[in-house]
Amino acid sequence: MIGTGILKGLAETARNFFLSYVSKDRLTTVQYPEQRLPQIEAARNFPFLVYDGAEWDAGMRCVACQICEKECPPKCIFIEKSKDKKPDAVGKPQFYPARFDIDISVCMSCQICVEVCPFDAIKMDVEFDLPTDDRFAGLMLDRHKLSKSNEYYHEIHPTEATAVDTALDAERAKAAAAKAAAAAPKPASPAATAASAASTPKPTEGESK
Amino acid sequence: MIVAAVNAGSVDQVFVLAKHALLARTPDALQPLASAIISIIPLLVVFPSLFAITTVLERKGLGRMQNRLGPNRVGPFGLLQPAADGIKALIKEDVVPAAADQLVHFFAPVIFVAAAFVAYAVLPIGRNMVLVNLNAGVLFFFAVGSVVELSVFMAGWSSRSKYSLLGAMRAIAQMISYEVPLVLASVPAIMQAGSLSTVDIVNAQAGYTGIWPHWYLFTPWGIVGFGLFLIAATAESNRSPFDLPEGESEIIAGYFIEYSGFKFALFFLAEYLGMFATSALGITLFLGGWSAPLGISLFTVVPSYIWFFAKLLGFICFFIWIRGTLPRLRMDQLMGFAWKFILPMALLNIFVTGLWRFLPASPLNSIRWIVCAAVLAAPCVVLSMSLKQKKKLLIRTYHFAE
Amino acid sequence: MTATFLILAAITVAGTAAAMGLRNAVHCVLALTAGFAGLAGLYLYLGAQFVGFTQIMVYVGAVAILAVFAVMMTHNPGEPEEIFSRFWVWGAVIAGAVFLTLARAIRLAFAPADATPATPAPSTTVQQIGDALMHRYVLPLEIIGLLLTAALIGAVIIAMDPKDDPTLEEDAE
Repeated sequence: MIGTGILKGLAETARNFFLSYVSKDRLTTVQYPEQRLPQIEAARNFPFLVYDGAEWDAGMRCVACQICEKECPPKCIFIEKSKDKKPDAVGKPQFYPARFDIDISVCMSCQICVEVCPFDAIKMDVEFDLPTDDRFAGLMLDRHKLSKSNEYYHEIHPTEATAVDTALDAERAKAAAAKAAAAAPKPASPAATAASAASTPKPTEGESK
Repeated sequence: MIVAAVNAGSVDQVFVLAKHALLARTPDALQPLASAIISIIPLLVVFPSLFAITTVLERKGLGRMQNRLGPNRVGPFGLLQPAADGIKALIKEDVVPAAADQLVHFFAPVIFVAAAFVAYAVLPIGRNMVLVNLNAGVLFFFAVGSVVELSVFMAGWSSRSKYSLLGAMRAIAQMISYEVPLVLASVPAIMQAGSLSTVDIVNAQAGYTGIWPHWYLFTPWGIVGFGLFLIAATAESNRSPFDLPEGESEIIAGYFIEYSGFKFALFFLAEYLGMFATSALGITLFLGGWSAPLGISLFTVVPSYIWFFAKLLGFICFFIWIRGTLPRLRMDQLMGFAWKFILPMALLNIFVTGLWRFLPASPLNSIRWIVCAAVLAAPCVVLSMSLKQKKKLLIRTYHFAE
Repeated sequence: MTATFLILAAITVAGTAAAMGLRNAVHCVLALTAGFAGLAGLYLYLGAQFVGFTQIMVYVGAVAILAVFAVMMTHNPGEPEEIFSRFWVWGAVIAGAVFLTLARAIRLAFAPADATPATPAPSTTVQQIGDALMHRYVLPLEIIGLLLTAALIGAVIIAMDPKDDPTLEEDAE
């Protein structure tokens, strides 16, 4: 009989209408920006540079090897190597980037820079709320804006950050052990003992958790 | 007149008395003009405000029906949203295509809005509150309503765009197809009241036997007539589920695709005003106009215009409810429905009204009810079976996909 | 010759003159519609409510749409058309003859100047029209109904697709 389907449909929408005031789990609307849905851990948006310790300038892991600049598909990373060297986490003097710019209007979040970095220096951030009224300069992030601490990295990607830290600690321990092994078993050579005596007290600085 | 004398409390007649007081202060020569202006200004204020309220009610209502919140940013609970919409419509750039016919393009929304407003002249909003008591009021309403089709054509053709022309053709076909059932569905009420004047039709329904009102809705031909009127009114105002001419997923706004900014707002306004006007006519013809639903003093003490607007609000909520429930009808389904179901039922309804009038009125009208209901129900079932699709739906088989 | 009559007459004359004079055919039909509206105004001015509203409903609402559709579907606007045809002299002669005939007929109808009625013409209500149609003129009403039904059936048959002929077998698709 004509109209029975319509009546069933009308009953359904009426139910929806009245129950939406009564039962809270019917309204799944998330009132952005006051409420936000939690992001999954593997979310990613644009890259950032990790630094260890309290000072971003001193603790940056990036050594300006420029591998990410070469591998970036849309070529949005611009790196200039420094002229001098700075000691890195293991103590080895390394270059550092005097200029590290990423143009996030070009970046396509492919994560290739993260995959190829041998130093775990560049990782993916999750921040998407990046509006600006300057289309060009506002979207070109320099190394200060890109540097975020390791603690922040732990906040946004805890599993990843812990794994990276374990790997780095293992590497540093290995490097320290190698150094100690290199320093210790050179017997009776005064230059060697003098060198070992000089090298052992050198603290394994830069190591922070 | 007798009905007007009884229950004519001063709250009920407050607007009429105010108008008389104002007119007494104007000089005699200007009185006809002043009378017209004083009557028109409330019309121009109330119905566009009702339009604004309806837009926010619709968006919030549809949202709740779809298990989501409607707009809730502008004002408390989003109730000031029409203000934001109005400002947006006014400050948007008015884009007119270079190839469009400038004069016709400009006048189409003007004629649409003018026709929509003029139709309110014969609708009784309350006791003694009608703008013009024409002898042929209902005919005037339908005459003005048919001007709308011309404006739709003007809008569609002047834009010189394929989509808008196609949308206009479809819209006109739909409007013409449903105008015939609309007029035929209102004929029984005219027959029973014996007059084309809207005031006479309302006065004929404003009495009570005991507490039951004399509304035409409470008769078998009234129920069917009201149902047909409602369907035809939905189709005339291009409302869901008959909004194929302006469905966004079908034809991207159809005949007003080339209108932007204020002209678009005018079309929108005119459509909703047309919806209100046709609903108001339905209230006048079948629901007793401004009379209260029960004859008890609790209801009759409420002013007549409050009842009118309450019924109008009920209609609006029903339209929103239908919009949130039903999918859109296809063009051929639309036309088939009009010509093969609604039109025969409307003609049958006229016949049944005559039957009702000439059958004896036994206590509780039982004989009349049974006979008329039977005569109406059987063809309804038969016609509805003939509307069913002849194709059987088969399980889809894919020939080339693995 | 009141102001209302002059305005309505001006609208009607201007509309119909534009309908003959404009280049774009759809514009002509729209101007003709304005002429129809002017005519309806004149009927209402004379107090014929039913005829006036029916004029709007039928002419402006239906006939104008019909004319516009017909023009749109069949008219081929190649190059802009000539407003004045080659045989305009003959046209002017015939139009003048028609005008003179009509003017003489109207003049003769009002000729007895002293027989102006003191009482105004009675206004007809819709009820009286309905009574007349159902009692005195019921036969013409039914014949017109038959004529319209025949026209409707003819239109449906012309518009029907030949393969939709109901006398053929219905395809089980």
